[in-house]
Amino acid sequence: MTVAQTEAPAGAPIVEIAHLSTRFGAALVHDDISLEIRRGEIFALVGSSGCGKSTLLREIILLQRPAAGSIRVFGREVVGLDDEQALPLRRKWGVMFERGALFSSLTVSENVGLPLREHTRLSDGLIDELAAIKIALAGLPASAGAKYPNELSGGMRKRVALARALALDPELLFLDEPTAGLDPLSASGFDELVLSLKELLGLTMMIVTHDLDLLWRVADRVAVLGEGHVLGVGTMEQLSGSDHPLVREYFYGARGRAARDQAWKQR
Amino acid sequence: MALDPSASRPVDAGIELPAAGTEIRCLGAWTVGAVAPLERRLAALRWPSGPDLVLDGGGISAMDTAGAWLLLHIVRLLEQGGRRVTLRDLRAEHESLLGLVRARGPAAGAPGRPAGPGTLEAIGRRFWLGWQQVIGGLAFLGEAALAVLHSLARPARIRWRPVLYNLHTAGFNALPITGLLSFLMGVVIAYQGAGQLQRYGANIFVADLVGLSMLRELAPLLTAIIVAGRSGSAFAAQIGTMKMTEEVDALRTIGIAPMELLVLPKILALMIALPLLTVYADVLGVFGGMLMGRAQLGVGFEQFIDRFEDAITLSSYLVGLGKAPVFAAIIALVGCFQGFQVSGGADSVGRQTTVSVVQSIFLVIIADALFSVIFSWLKI
Repeated sequence: MTVAQTEAPAGAPIVEIAHLSTRFGAALVHDDISLEIRRGEIFALVGSSGCGKSTLLREIILLQRPAAGSIRVFGREVVGLDDEQALPLRRKWGVMFERGALFSSLTVSENVGLPLREHTRLSDGLIDELAAIKIALAGLPASAGAKYPNELSGGMRKRVALARALALDPELLFLDEPTAGLDPLSASGFDELVLSLKELLGLTMMIVTHDLDLLWRVADRVAVLGEGHVLGVGTMEQLSGSDHPLVREYFYGARGRAARDQAWKQR
Repeated sequence: MALDPSASRPVDAGIELPAAGTEIRCLGAWTVGAVAPLERRLAALRWPSGPDLVLDGGGISAMDTAGAWLLLHIVRLLEQGGRRVTLRDLRAEHESLLGLVRARGPAAGAPGRPAGPGTLEAIGRRFWLGWQQVIGGLAFLGEAALAVLHSLARPARIRWRPVLYNLHTAGFNALPITGLLSFLMGVVIAYQGAGQLQRYGANIFVADLVGLSMLRELAPLLTAIIVAGRSGSAFAAQIGTMKMTEEVDALRTIGIAPMELLVLPKILALMIALPLLTVYADVLGVFGGMLMGRAQLGVGFEQFIDRFEDAITLSSYLVGLGKAPVFAAIIALVGCFQGFQVSGGADSVGRQTTVSVVQSIFLVIIADALFSVIFSWLKI
């Protein structure tokens, strides 16, 4: 989100996945997958439960190792990096976990300030102020800062998780199921938030989601994962014209149709 | 080595003060990783004295929200000193970032985090919390007693599967460690006593020494302490985690009393397991003393057992054994109670688990002391 660090023009790949395979025991989760995420876009990964979306995300952010293949982030091969080598990369991306993964013993403000305290030598006062900016950016009231995570609602916790992911002003943001478990109102609030963050801060985002409304409203490109392969990549319009049976099933189920009609109506 | 532009570290943020005039130049990368040195220098900077200052942002190579916030901070700092500040040559994207943090950032002079409670208030709060614990503990004891009475009235409702499971984990699995430790305890007592006994030629009394101390005091106490550390903590952690993940609430909504499913089987299992473990510890402790008696004092096994039969009355054995169910009830009740006291997160589970072990060992020793008083009063 560093605005002037445009070494690479918008549209250049920021994450490149090539011939990636993952196995869990005998099960082949990913079979020779290749994908790229381009600078400045909102890239979404969809697919039915258990198809390996979250696993792919965890492999990109170095929490899990693929069986074969290469993943390049910011032009650097990440497969096989140890924690020390990965640190400069980890400081350049933010991750929002599905269930928030907030530290329950810290207040919201301390949660958001933790990466800053750990990785910069800024004064405590400035860190608190920066945390307050991130909390406001995530759409939370300033009073939330002094609360503990277990005093917040599910939707607010997701926003805190987002604020913490934004703490180090990353260029690349990974969101795992950002709207899962939110009521429709909070979920559409989240759509707006994602769009405004992209606009304000020039972020590149990768979203793993099931939420078809979110896909229609914010995603620039979408990849559908299934049967271990990438079944299709493209804009939502392109994908909804796909004739692959699994992709059609995904987008033309009752929920898929409703979300699409809604999206058409809004245009 | 290939030159990766993103890997080369940008120049830290900096400020160039003019020798004369009012134009301040901002330089370098105003990003979160590069503004810390500037922030620390800020207080020592001697700003130009004129009433109108110009901040030239043309030299800023990169900016993020942290840099923008610091720039805004500098502008506000100068304006507080009664100066007018003009920003110049700022790139459009930096300008919009500055607008963003101005709109979203905390207002200047916003109150920081509220101060913690004063000493008196802290004492009061601690006392209140302690008092609540006592009341809560008594309520829990009452609830558990009622549940025990209910299940005694209708034994068919006792859940035997969790009882057996707890017997296995808290009882059977504790055999090796309990056996080893009480064996060593017997060895140590005989060894320590050997010197004294030998001096008076009273070698044979090693049987009295080991027998009485193990059977009456040490075996029940040692076993209780081991079980408190092994199983009391496990009870607290299990129930605490279940409470955190709302599993306890789920049980209630399904119509299963947590007391009946989670607490009763544990109390019951421990009250069965601890006396059995105590007997086992008695045997191994005395055996340890016997080995040491032969090695150090030349008291043969047969002599030892002959003397043991004369010296140790049945009441000594039963006194030791009788304490075990009481200790078991204390350990299980404290472990479960502390588990239910968990509120909030992982931190709380750890804290209550610690408290459960400390409290149950403390209460077990207190109970043991009370038993000693009562037994000496009854002359047993």
